[in-house]
Amino acid sequence: MALKIVKGSIDRMFDKNLQDLVRGIRNHKEDEAKYISTCIDEIKQELKQDNIAVKANAVCKLTYLQMLGYDVSWAAFNIVEVMSSSKFTYKRIGYLAASQCFHEGTDVIMLTTNQIRKDLSSPNQYDTGVALTGLSCFVTPDLARDLANDIMTLMSHTKPYIRKKAVLIMYKVFLKYPESLRPAFPRLKEKLEDPDPGVQSAAVNVICELARRNPKNYLSLAPLFFKLMTSSTNNWVLIKIIKLFGALTPLEPRLGKKLIEPLTNLIHSTSAMSLLYECVNTVIAVLISLSSGMPNHSASIQLCVQKLRILIEDSDQNLKYLGLLAMSKILKTHPKSVQSHKDLILQCLDDKDESIRLRALDLLYGMVSKKNLMEIVKKLMLHVDKAEGTTYRDELLTKIIDICSQSNYQYITNFEWYISILVELTRLEGTRHGHLIASQMLDVAIRVKAIRGFAVAQMATLLDNAHLLTGNTQRNGICEVLYAAAWICGEFSEHLEDPMQTLEAMLRPKVATLPGHIQAVYVQNAAKLFATVLRKHEGETDSQAAQETSQLLIDRLPLFVQSANLEVQERASCILQLVKYIQKLQQKNVEVAEEVTALFAGELNPVAPKAQKKVPIPDGLDLDAWINEPPSESESEDEKPKVVFAKEEPKHSRSRHTEVDEKELARRREARKQEQANNPFYIKASPSSQKVYDAPGVEHIPVVQIDLSVPLKVPGMPMSDQYLKLEEERRQKEKAERKKKEKKKKREKRGKERKADSGPESEEDITPAHQVDIVTEEMPENALPSDDDDKDPNDPHKALDIDLDKPLADSEKLPVRTHRPEVLKSPVVDRDSESIPQETKKKGGKEKKEKKKDKEKDRKRSKEDKKKKKKHKEVEEELLESQPEEAVQSEETKEVAAPPTSTSAEASDLDFWLSSAPVPPAAQEVTAPSSAAAVDTSSAAAPESEPDDPKDTEPEDMKSSKHKKKKQKKEKEEKEKKKKKRHHHHHHHGDAGGEDSVQNGTVEEEEEEPLPPMSNYSLLAENSYIKMVYDIQGNHQDESKVVVSVIFENKSDSFLKSMEFNVLDSLNSKLQRPEGAGPHDGLTVPFQLPPGVSNEARFVFSVQSIVMPQKLKGTLTFIVKSDESSTHEKLDFKLHFTCTSYLITTPCYSDAYAKLLESGDLKGSSLRLEGINMPFHHLLARICFHHHFSVVERIDSCASMYSRSIQGHHVCLLVKTSDQTVSIDAKCDEPSLLGNVLDEIKQTFSKC
Amino acid sequence: MSVYSFQTEDTEQQIIRETFHLVSKRDENVFVETLDKCFENVCELDLIFHMDKVHNILAEMVMGGMVLETNMSEIITQVEAQGKMEKSEAGIAGAPARAVSAVKNMNLPEMPKNINIGDISIKVPNLPSFK
Repeated sequence: MALKIVKGSIDRMFDKNLQDLVRGIRNHKEDEAKYISTCIDEIKQELKQDNIAVKANAVCKLTYLQMLGYDVSWAAFNIVEVMSSSKFTYKRIGYLAASQCFHEGTDVIMLTTNQIRKDLSSPNQYDTGVALTGLSCFVTPDLARDLANDIMTLMSHTKPYIRKKAVLIMYKVFLKYPESLRPAFPRLKEKLEDPDPGVQSAAVNVICELARRNPKNYLSLAPLFFKLMTSSTNNWVLIKIIKLFGALTPLEPRLGKKLIEPLTNLIHSTSAMSLLYECVNTVIAVLISLSSGMPNHSASIQLCVQKLRILIEDSDQNLKYLGLLAMSKILKTHPKSVQSHKDLILQCLDDKDESIRLRALDLLYGMVSKKNLMEIVKKLMLHVDKAEGTTYRDELLTKIIDICSQSNYQYITNFEWYISILVELTRLEGTRHGHLIASQMLDVAIRVKAIRGFAVAQMATLLDNAHLLTGNTQRNGICEVLYAAAWICGEFSEHLEDPMQTLEAMLRPKVATLPGHIQAVYVQNAAKLFATVLRKHEGETDSQAAQETSQLLIDRLPLFVQSANLEVQERASCILQLVKYIQKLQQKNVEVAEEVTALFAGELNPVAPKAQKKVPIPDGLDLDAWINEPPSESESEDEKPKVVFAKEEPKHSRSRHTEVDEKELARRREARKQEQANNPFYIKASPSSQKVYDAPGVEHIPVVQIDLSVPLKVPGMPMSDQYLKLEEERRQKEKAERKKKEKKKKREKRGKERKADSGPESEEDITPAHQVDIVTEEMPENALPSDDDDKDPNDPHKALDIDLDKPLADSEKLPVRTHRPEVLKSPVVDRDSESIPQETKKKGGKEKKEKKKDKEKDRKRSKEDKKKKKKHKEVEEELLESQPEEAVQSEETKEVAAPPTSTSAEASDLDFWLSSAPVPPAAQEVTAPSSAAAVDTSSAAAPESEPDDPKDTEPEDMKSSKHKKKKQKKEKEEKEKKKKKRHHHHHHHGDAGGEDSVQNGTVEEEEEEPLPPMSNYSLLAENSYIKMVYDIQGNHQDESKVVVSVIFENKSDSFLKSMEFNVLDSLNSKLQRPEGAGPHDGLTVPFQLPPGVSNEARFVFSVQSIVMPQKLKGTLTFIVKSDESSTHEKLDFKLHFTCTSYLITTPCYSDAYAKLLESGDLKGSSLRLEGINMPFHHLLARICFHHHFSVVERIDSCASMYSRSIQGHHVCLLVKTSDQTVSIDAKCDEPSLLGNVLDEIKQTFSKC
Repeated sequence: MSVYSFQTEDTEQQIIRETFHLVSKRDENVFVETLDKCFENVCELDLIFHMDKVHNILAEMVMGGMVLETNMSEIITQVEAQGKMEKSEAGIAGAPARAVSAVKNMNLPEMPKNINIGDISIKVPNLPSFK
């Protein structure tokens, strides 16, 4: 038999395997397609065979071919076959192929559900693993829904290998089947604390990925993540968490305060650049979120900037890029810190990587000041010269303009310099941004009145040398600046030295090769210049010059009249006729200059961009309403007016007065152009027409280096550089003068107050070279700021924006195959779950309970019905209808999904955790201003916040007793009470009358006043350096352990470090020390405390007997480190383990409670409190909160309460109140424990 | 890897080469280190000829596009355990096939000599005559 197999495999071994296929393909480079098609034929043959090994080999080859781009979808079914193989080797091949080839549209996926389910539950962990891996690639909504429950079970698998994969794949499941998020989340959250680091990391991964998209739903996890962050050493996990915190801080600024310190520590200590980057990033986010600066923030910023500098200096391009990116974030809030690294940023401009250069440019934008603007722009101009690609050069150009024009030219001190820069930029050949330069020229010339003379002179030169700019008008966007030049020269022609020359330049025949919209401006402004020239010659006896000007126009304008461009044609012919008329008048020696000038009179004011849009619509004007009923419904006619309207920009509407004479009209048109400072070329809206009308044959005009006549005497430098130099000189001079003046002043005011001014020039010291009047842009009144942002509607994470803190509803559970629940209900399965080791056991139990929900609920309902029959008052009926259901629900969620239940508790936990100040009872009232209501609910919900399983506490038979009628139970209870305290009997009698009843810790909030805030933290010890408050909680997992939480608060101005916590153990109670530590060694507190900071540490103690309270002496030693010195200090304390601290809040059903009392195992005791002056629900809440009880049932001024010790003792209380007297009857199976607890309760109330 | 689904072989190989260069430049990269350990000095050809192995290793590191495990020794343990399982499944029947494949690879000068042929090493002086 074995021989036969061997023989079979020998037959097969010369089949082509993957390696052969790869080799073959490599050897058939020329006829690859042909070779592969023969291979595919072979594969098809192989797939027809029954031998699974042959099939698997074929599928393996197909996977490779698929990766080469060949379609293998025809083999999908064979892939499923191979997936179903019982041998891991083949199964893996099958799943790999499936993960490569299957997608949502693959129909055979439907067939895989059961196979995958089988593999998921395979005893071989690698079968499960391979199925999970495959599924992660091709999971569909159907698969996700059908398998969610199976995967959720795997999250609690014994093998960490499976757990981590199951946890990770849940993310994919959530994406495909969002309904699974809430039911699965509690378990996912548990996995954050999985003992296996891989599983933990997977859980962090998934939750962070979820939380990144919808951070607000995950805010309550912040304390847990904080703990992980301070304890984890896995950089990957740390990065994920830190990124998450970055997303959370904007939502909760208090979180930021807590984060700063550990993050700073990480930044200091880590060597991993990636982690460093994320830390810095989150610190930046924190600092942005904290609007009010804490004093040590500047230190954090400095640290970040320093570290980023290291990143930027790194030779790795990626790090450099990230460093610059993060730097630009800091820049927004702390520009000063970044400015000191100007040198580095400028260096990055030389980087060979363009994306890095662009980042550096972004940074420069925010780094300029009045002082360094000219210098920075000079550097940028050098780069413009050097730049090779036009894209980068264009980017530089826009950045230069952005930098200079930002915040209304705030940093420009010398506008002559700026105009020179703009003129220099016009030398850029082939830039797309001619219009940008032009709009800047226009804007500056219009708004800075003082600069007009200079600007006009420069523009005149530009016009004179226009041939240098025009080059190839098709491609060359730079000729747009001529538009600005012509307009400026025309509009402000009074500043021109030689208007005649400029006029001549504007009417050269070559102008006709410019784009139409520029020609139109030329023609229009030629008319303005004409007016100026006439005015200049006014009064001259010899009118020859004026007449020559008219003649020039009459000679040259006909060229434009023939223009194919309508605008040019119209303007030219109008002006031509006008000039002809003027010429006639001139010949008659009529003075015309004044009248001609009047055509262009008036000052232009700039209007803010979008001003038009922001004009509020007057009341009663409905722009959408028809003025006249639309003539017909036909579509074609409907569209026509729309098109007309769209073509005509709204700006036109104002000037549609046809009666106004042509010049005025043109002038207004000019004015309108100015309205849009950023986009003055509205005519350009149809660039295609431009091309059509452009005269051909201008492509070959030679481009000569422009040689502008420079009005300055320093030769050999670009003009802007000369300004830079001059500016420096000017500043020096000014400074010197200022000093002189000050000296004078000092001399004058000798002995009087002195002014220290030796520091570097501050921004304010730099006075602008010109008195500039920057005309502000006009805005309509009532203009409204508009902002709209939108999210991507296709983001799958939108569906995952789910509130996770809300308790799970009954309907929310993962679909389970139907035959399961029956099995799970039986106690046999409960035994089963015991085979799962400790930490998974609980979860398994939970799941079963989940399935039990319905059953339990039914029971409750039937009980309810019976009650209804009792015909109580209406009120009670109502209550019963709603209340028990609620109770059931809360109880169930407690079992099924413990973490989300504790919403309110968690919320207040978060509040508490976030209030970084120490929280002794008194202080909390201040630090937790989250309104008493929050605390109220927290105390009410406190019993629920324990995710403990009540099942463990109640014997099995007790549960069955739930069937019993409530009435029966109450009678019993009453009997008890009668026995105990006869004089309170009458109070309790109200019971049957149907007063409000409260079950399982749900204290009604509506009718009663809010509770005062409470805290269980009490002072442990305090000195001038440090204050410690502590709380002791029982550990639900271990009956001999309690956890002492100590909050350390640094009260000093020094740094506290090397804190060591030590306790003198007693026979009964011992501090849990790490393995290898001696019995007298202290525990190192896992953090350091900067001044004013507090943090919490937890210490575990083991206890043997819990019936007596106990005190342990201990010492905290620490080092106080200030700038000058460091000293060792110590602080002694006494830890008081009250009996209360051994109690764990445990909910209890009223019938189970009755059963317990009935059993007679409990010994009684009682307590009487006088002069208690507080509402009953406050009293109950206090007992619940401070002594870890839960309310079982409350009827009027009487309530039964329950708690359980870590060692399983039951403690039952019956609390009654009347006239400031509270009597507590108590029962417990351990009398001394009970006595001590009662004493402690008494003490609690004696304090208030 | 499914990103590359519709690429020609040349671009595919180019991508592999580029990926390899990118990945191998960053010396701390877990993937390359792991590949290096699994293949003993990984080279481009390893990646091309043993696409399936590379995938299987990658599957221990990344799952459905998310990082699964960053601990290299853990990854190697799992990869090796699965390799062992594969071998035990092949059992005696797998030996000749492995031998043949070893011989085939021996004839290839460009192939790395260090392909894992597993624990069972068979002397194959006479095998070429089979052909």
